[in-house]
Amino acid sequence: MASTDISLHNNVPIAHDEHDHEHDHHDQPFIFKYIFSQDHKVIAKQFLISGIIWAFIGGALSSLFRLQLGWPNETMPFLEPILGKWIEGGKLNQEFYLALVTMHGTIMVFFVLTAGLSGTFSNFLIPLQIGARDMASGFLNMLSYWFFFLSSVIMFTSLFLETGPASAGWTIYPPLSALPQAIPGSGTGMTMWLVAMVFFIVSSLLGSINYISTIINLRTAGMSMTKLPLTIWAFFLTAVLGVLSFPVLFSAALLLVFDRSFGTSFYLSDIYVAGQALSNTGGSPILFQHLFWFLGHPEVYIVILPGFGIVSEVIATNARKPIFGYRAMIGSMLGISILSFVVWAHHMFVSGMNPFLGSVFMFLTLIIAVPSAVKVFNWLATLWRGNIIFTPAMLFSIGFVSLFISGGLTGIILGNSALDIQLHNTYFVVAHFHLVMGSSAFFGMFAGVYHWFPKMFGRMMDEKLGYIHFWLTFLGVYLVFLPMHYVGIAGFPRRYYSWTAFETFSQFADLNMFISAAAIIAWFAQFIFLFNFVYSIFRGRRADANPWRSNTLEWTTPIHPGHGNWPGAIPAVYRWPYDYSKPGAEEDYIPQNIPHSETKSSNLSSEKELE
Amino acid sequence: MLFLVIGGAAFIWSFQNAEERIHIPVGSVHGVWIDDMFWLTMVVIGIVFVITQILLFYYSYRYQYKEEKRAYFFPHNNKLEIIWTMIPAVVMALLVFKGWKTWTKITDPAPKEAMVVEIVGKQFNWIARYPGTDNALGNVRTNLIDATNELGIDFSDQRSVDDILPSEIHIPKGRPILFKIRSRDVIHSFYLPHFRAQMHAVPGMPTKFWFVPTKTTADMATETGNPDFKYELVCNQICGANHFAMRAVVIVDEPEEFQKWMSTQKAFVADKPELLKNLKNPQGIVLDTKKEGTNKAAL
Repeated sequence: MASTDISLHNNVPIAHDEHDHEHDHHDQPFIFKYIFSQDHKVIAKQFLISGIIWAFIGGALSSLFRLQLGWPNETMPFLEPILGKWIEGGKLNQEFYLALVTMHGTIMVFFVLTAGLSGTFSNFLIPLQIGARDMASGFLNMLSYWFFFLSSVIMFTSLFLETGPASAGWTIYPPLSALPQAIPGSGTGMTMWLVAMVFFIVSSLLGSINYISTIINLRTAGMSMTKLPLTIWAFFLTAVLGVLSFPVLFSAALLLVFDRSFGTSFYLSDIYVAGQALSNTGGSPILFQHLFWFLGHPEVYIVILPGFGIVSEVIATNARKPIFGYRAMIGSMLGISILSFVVWAHHMFVSGMNPFLGSVFMFLTLIIAVPSAVKVFNWLATLWRGNIIFTPAMLFSIGFVSLFISGGLTGIILGNSALDIQLHNTYFVVAHFHLVMGSSAFFGMFAGVYHWFPKMFGRMMDEKLGYIHFWLTFLGVYLVFLPMHYVGIAGFPRRYYSWTAFETFSQFADLNMFISAAAIIAWFAQFIFLFNFVYSIFRGRRADANPWRSNTLEWTTPIHPGHGNWPGAIPAVYRWPYDYSKPGAEEDYIPQNIPHSETKSSNLSSEKELE
Repeated sequence: MLFLVIGGAAFIWSFQNAEERIHIPVGSVHGVWIDDMFWLTMVVIGIVFVITQILLFYYSYRYQYKEEKRAYFFPHNNKLEIIWTMIPAVVMALLVFKGWKTWTKITDPAPKEAMVVEIVGKQFNWIARYPGTDNALGNVRTNLIDATNELGIDFSDQRSVDDILPSEIHIPKGRPILFKIRSRDVIHSFYLPHFRAQMHAVPGMPTKFWFVPTKTTADMATETGNPDFKYELVCNQICGANHFAMRAVVIVDEPEEFQKWMSTQKAFVADKPELLKNLKNPQGIVLDTKKEGTNKAAL
């Protein structure tokens, strides 16, 4: 076991099973306890807090460009103190606008919804829910966070470059991203973007390898793969996707670095820019798109799968009912994960790719609707005849299902190559993925934070503020993204600084203003969450050991678990995690560590032999 | 529950409010197929949307927590699960089939009699080239591009001598038009929302899109009641600072008007004899630009 070097925190009673080591349990110095910590719980909190900071930055960027889109004819001199030279004569600089959308996408997709979500919950929950003392390698885990931190610092610094940060869109399609002559953001900004992403990928791989080996090797006695909570299944598949697809992004980035800095022509051919014909020949920009989307598509599942897991767990717990179709839920996640690798080119229907490939990818893409539909029906069936407690986590989970339905359904339209001819790169696409992987994933994250906050900090978050936060966010999301579909159906193109020159699009001034107002209000609503989060860490009501009366193992640890999680022996597991409201049971829940011999009244006939 | 009712009502109201404007009129044969396919899919997903959202909020409302109540222990039911795997599978199969038919019809090779128009994207405008009387476009070479010869047309190629680079883009109604799409710097996207036509313009890889326009600009002006109606060509792939302003107008004429317009157009080289002269010695130009290009790259 890799956790032999773990030293327990001294306020935990020491009655230790496997290493009665002679460490004297002095307080670790602050720097090792909170900064260079190898404790998965501390690392999870580091990811969470970094993710929250990034989310506010990403949100702020979007508010800036929504200002421009909502009121394209207004001047905004009041932004001058913040943005300096990017405001010219009261108007937002056009290139900076593109930098804003690029950085918003990059930050939200990678730094918040990949690192912030997986980093937080995979780290926090995997050892706690499978019954392990820590990750397989605490050291790699620590490195994973610090590579992420380094990547964050580089990406953040690039915001302040004189030529601006990367601005070729978060998908950084070359040649635009390869040629500083074409857009200034493709100079140093793009270099820093690439360097930051390389560290990010390293971080993500270290994390994923760790999650996978921990789940495979360190499960406690009795915890078979089919007794794992769905959260763990989700994190497991997320990590597998990451390990298989991030290296491809790495290679795409590497080739781009070569093209930018060493004169190669992987992606460049026949280009005349800024009065110069370039000597590059024979490259293909389409190659980059294939490589990029080979990560890019699994990436959206990397973002949403943890949400699936968290929401399944929260819904089952708060509906006081077993998740409906546990095995079907695993099967559908598996199906989605596998399919996610063979659909990447649906982002490229009109890229000039052979139309035959378009047909194949349309077919494969639309199949994903089937396992997704199964998941939705299973969640609905879990709510049916439940006994639903509306905690903020539960509200966010129900909101997640609602947003996932809405956003998932429009995917059926976009996955159809014929329809994509019209809708490609319009606001319909923007609306679709913001609902399904943006907002849904955020809702999954909020559900997770509200649900596991007591385990993280030993205190409860304020419920009333949670309700207000939920309703404002939920309404905000629909008010922003529903009208966005309308302008998208009319062909409104994304990444447009201003649309007033086009007759076709200027009829939507009112809708754009409405969307912008809603988006900015929704962003401000997040400060309620921030306040609640920070306040509750220090002043929240003290939590019970198992505040949600949940079955999973993390609630069998002390309220403030030390490094090593369980002071005594690790509990063994006897049953699946969803024995809620079992007929004949005393309580409406039976934790996983209760043997069947203690629950004779509720055992099903098939379980008699386990007594 | 409140959310469902009010939200549902607001959704319907907003949809009706926006409906008229989001149907942008369609001006091509295949555009109608796409619209049909779109609204068919919309109806299908609309039904699923309404049912699932109602169930979601109704169940949440109906099964609120009561102390004395117990939830119904219902871990799985294979029959149900098979049913709700099969139904979406069948529906998706039908949609895939119809989508595939539509897609193949649209992307099949253009008919032989199609009129060819080349359209080249550059930062930040579009340049059109017509093949002239020989109905064939001449060769182009990137290293021949300069301020006059913006497309880098190789005039040592006989086919290029009658090529036309008009300042407006005109196409005739009722005839298949094959757009040969290129880019000379970064990726752009050739997007004509009214024709439901879109294809990326990729440097180094020519692409194409063909369609049959069904309404002239004048027809559209009558239909929309907007005397100034214009078919707008939009760049729909981020391409730099003025991405949002990369606009061109496509004018659809009646065939005879189109012929009249075409007959007034002169070949590109007609008033630029120096281009032909330069090409007496194309080798020199190639070397010069190449040298500069390399220097730039080395910087």
